[in-house]
Amino acid sequence: MLSISQELVDKIVSHARADHPDEACGVIAGRGGVPERFIPMENAERSPTFYRFDSLEQLRVWREMDDRDEEPVVIYHSHTATEAYPSRTDVSYASEPDAHYVLVSTREENAVEFRSFRIVDGVITEEEVRFLP
Amino acid sequence: MAIEVRIPTILRNYTDGAKAVSAEGKTLEELIGNLESRHPGIKDRLVDQGNLRRFVNVYLNDEDVRFLGGLGTPVTDGDTVTVLPAVAGG
Repeated sequence: MLSISQELVDKIVSHARADHPDEACGVIAGRGGVPERFIPMENAERSPTFYRFDSLEQLRVWREMDDRDEEPVVIYHSHTATEAYPSRTDVSYASEPDAHYVLVSTREENAVEFRSFRIVDGVITEEEVRFLP
Repeated sequence: MAIEVRIPTILRNYTDGAKAVSAEGKTLEELIGNLESRHPGIKDRLVDQGNLRRFVNVYLNDEDVRFLGGLGTPVTDGDTVTVLPAVAGG
């Protein structure tokens, strides 16, 4: 289960809306599995169908997390024309077995789809999301 | 002195859980070869058909080796090499 504050959810959704129709991506860093620090990342691909963290930005952010004893608790990205469910590409590149992979879909202007998954060894497991005030 | 190689979570099963290991070589290619002799199986996760895998980022100190010389990039004692799987998807 992912427990996440409504404030962080709103930040992810706003980022996804702002970058629509391109996919948006980012990280929420934290300790002990608790998502705390919102880090929007640049989508180096600037694409409506693909995302990739900029490699130098990723190095900087991963080092910063290391220095602060944080881990990437949430890795999020948006789908802009399809449902908030991991694509085959998402599964093949998933490389953080301890992260919650959050997907949001911006295909509907007025409705939000926000879902969370574990992706380990090619297997997708959806999990419950608890929104904290 | 040797070169420190920082290992991401997903590859630590090759290094007995170590976050950083040391290796030797004059180029990144030699370094990875040396790493393979110490941690068998790891090379295949970094290199495919003679090139760095597209979705693995390898950094020499603060630079992505793709912008240096790829596997031919010279490395020196005291350098730090960091491996990070690219965060990507569709």
